[in-house]
Amino acid sequence: MGEKAEQILLAHGSGGRLSHDLVGSSILKALPDPVLEKLTDSAELELDSRRIAFTTDSYTVRPLFFPGGDIGRLAVCGTVNDLAAMGAKPRFLSLALIIEEGLERAVLDRVVGSIAAAAREAGVRIVTGDTKVVEKGKGDGLFINTAGIGELGDGPGFSPERIAAGDKVLVNGTIGDHGAAVISERQALGIGGLASDCAPLWGLVKSVLDAGCKVKFMRDATRGGLATVLNEAAAGRSFGFTVSESAVPMREPVRAFCELLGFDPLYMANEGKMVLVAAPEDAERALAALRAHPLGRDAAVIGEAVPAPAGKVFLATAVRGRRILDMLVGDQFPRIC
Amino acid sequence: MKYLDEYRRPGPVQALLEKTRQALAGRKAVLMEVCGTHTVAIFRSGLRQVLPESVELLSGPGCPVCVTPNRYLDQAIAYGRLPGTIVTTFGDMFRVPGSSSSLEREKASGADIRTVYSPAESVELAAQNPDRHVVFLGVGFETTTPGVAACVLTARDRGLRNYSVLCGHKTVPQALRALASDPELRVGGLILPGHVSTVIGAEPYRFLVSEFHIPSVIVGFEPADIVQGVLMLARQIAEGAPRLEIQYRRSVQPQGNAKAVGFIERVFEPCDSVWRGIGNIPGSGLRIRSEFAEFDAEKRLDAEPEPEKSAAGCICGQVLRGVRKPSDCALFGSSCTPTAPVGACMVSSEGTCAAYYKYGRES
Repeated sequence: MGEKAEQILLAHGSGGRLSHDLVGSSILKALPDPVLEKLTDSAELELDSRRIAFTTDSYTVRPLFFPGGDIGRLAVCGTVNDLAAMGAKPRFLSLALIIEEGLERAVLDRVVGSIAAAAREAGVRIVTGDTKVVEKGKGDGLFINTAGIGELGDGPGFSPERIAAGDKVLVNGTIGDHGAAVISERQALGIGGLASDCAPLWGLVKSVLDAGCKVKFMRDATRGGLATVLNEAAAGRSFGFTVSESAVPMREPVRAFCELLGFDPLYMANEGKMVLVAAPEDAERALAALRAHPLGRDAAVIGEAVPAPAGKVFLATAVRGRRILDMLVGDQFPRIC
Repeated sequence: MKYLDEYRRPGPVQALLEKTRQALAGRKAVLMEVCGTHTVAIFRSGLRQVLPESVELLSGPGCPVCVTPNRYLDQAIAYGRLPGTIVTTFGDMFRVPGSSSSLEREKASGADIRTVYSPAESVELAAQNPDRHVVFLGVGFETTTPGVAACVLTARDRGLRNYSVLCGHKTVPQALRALASDPELRVGGLILPGHVSTVIGAEPYRFLVSEFHIPSVIVGFEPADIVQGVLMLARQIAEGAPRLEIQYRRSVQPQGNAKAVGFIERVFEPCDSVWRGIGNIPGSGLRIRSEFAEFDAEKRLDAEPEPEKSAAGCICGQVLRGVRKPSDCALFGSSCTPTAPVGACMVSSEGTCAAYYKYGRES
C-alpha cells in the first residue's frame, strides 16, 4: 500500500487505507496547516473579531482547467470574494471534494496545488475538509464546496439599502473575461486572447476601504454578470441604476467573442470583478484606490443610482439611445444566424 | 473593434438621423424589419428612442425559431424519446414550447438532448457515438442552411450511417411574397435581412419592387447600418420611387454567394412549408433531396408525434406578419413571459415578443 494509484477509485472514499493515503499524500502535502493536519472532526479556531461573515459556495465547471484558472482556484477565489464583498477579511476556509471515480490522480493533485496557491495569494487558511468519491458517471470529474469565515470590521456594513440616488457605480476592471474563457475552452472555439479573471479580491477591497472611501455596497459579479448584480441591488428599492455602455471596460477578445456568438457581455460571468457603489463625493477617491491596485488597473465609473425608474436598470447606449437591462432568463445561447 | 466601432460611433449615427428627419419632413414611415437579428440589434442599441417619431418599426417573420410550427418540435421531442437517439439543437430551440412539452423538459426527463454551437458538432458527435443515432434539428433561413448542407455532405463522405437532419429550413423570399400579398399589411418599406442576402444576393427580392412597389433596402446590423437603411427607405418614400437597394455593401453582393447557394441546392429542394401562425406558404420550405434520404430523419426514424395543439390566446401569427405588436396581446407580460413562455416569439433570443419584453419596457 501507499503507492500512488493512477486513478481515483471508489475505495479512496471508503474511509480506509486508500482514503488516508489520498488525504495524506495529495491534500495535506499540498495544504500544510497545523489545524488541518490534526484531522480532528472539527477545526478549533480563534478569531480576533466578534463579528464574522460566514459563507459557502459549490463549484462545478467544465472543463476543470481553462485559461486563467481552474476549478481549484475558482473554489478559493469565489468564496473569498463573497466574504470580501461584505467587507470581511477572509481567514478560514473549509474544502470538500466530491470526486468522480476514475479521475486521474495527477488531475486531482494539480487542482489541489492550485487551491494551495490561491489560498496563499488570498491570505486564507484551509483548516477543515472532506473527500467523497462517487461512482463513474455520477459526477463531472470533480465538484468542490468551500465554506469561508471572514472577520468583519466596525462600520455600517455594505447593503443596497444604503444606496441613494446620485451614488456612483464602479467596477474594478474588464467584464466578461471568465465566462468567455470558459465557454471558448469548453466548445474548443479556438478564439485567442481569452483568459479568466479569476482572482481573490480582498486585497483590492481593503485598499479601497483603507483609503477612507464611503463604499455603500459591494458585490462580486459572478454568474449573471454585471447586469444581474445591479438588478438584484435595485429590485424593490426606491432607486434604479443607469449604466453607460461606453464606460464599461471590456477586453477586445471578449468583445469579439460576444459579437461572434451573439452574447451580451453584461451578463457574462466574472470571477475577479467587484461592483462597488460609493457616495458621489467619494467616487474619484475610490476609483484612484482601485486603479492603484494590480487587480484594479482598468477600474472605471460605469454608472450611477437614479431616482427613477425605481427598481430597474437602464443602459445608456453608445448611440445615445436607452434600453432596459433586465435579469437574464436561463442561459445565454449562441444565436442561430 | 475594427469594422464594428466605426458603425457604432454616435457622431455618424446622429448625422444620418438628421438626414432621415430632413428626408421624411414629418412624413410617416411604417417600416418592417424582416429579420429577428435586426429586431434585437435595434432594441439593443436603443435606436427606437433616437429615430424620428414619424418612423414606426414593425417586426417581421424572420426569426427562424418563431416560425417553426409546434408540429416540428413535437416531432423532435418524439425522436428524443426513441431509445439510443441523441437530439442536437441550436440553443434557441431548447426552451420553445411544443404542444405539451419542450426539449428542455424532455432533457430533464432523461432524453439525450444537447445544444450545439455549430451544426458540425453533430457530425462529430455521430462519429464518436457509432451505436447511437444523432438527429440534428435543422432550422433557419438561407444563412444557416449552407452549413447544414455541408454537414450532410461531410456525413456522406465520412460514411456515417447514424446521422440525420430533421429539416425545418425555410426560405425568405417566398415568405415575403406571402406577406406582401396580405391585404392587412400596412408597411411602407422593408428592411431586408443582411446575412440571408449575403447568401442569396439581391435579385430574389426584385418582385417586391416590380410587383408590389414596396421600397426595399438590404441592411446591415450595426446602428449606423440600420439608420442608413432607414434613411435610404425614407428617401424612396419621399420620392415615391420604390427601389431595391443594398445598404450592406461590405457584405452583400448583388449576385450573392454562389458557392453557399450551391451547397443548399445540392442537398435541399424547395417544398411547401407551414409557418407558425401564418400557415402554409407554397415553395417557402426546403426538404432533403431523395438522393440524401439516408440523412433525412423523417425517412430514417419512425416516431409518431403527439397531436398538435396550439396555445389559446397567443397572437404570435399576427405579430409575425407585422399586423399586430406584442403589446397588443393579452398574454404579453402577464401569462406569457420569458420564464413561462406561451409562444415561440417569447422564447427565442430573436423573437419579437422576447425582444419587446427584454428591451422595450420603459418603466
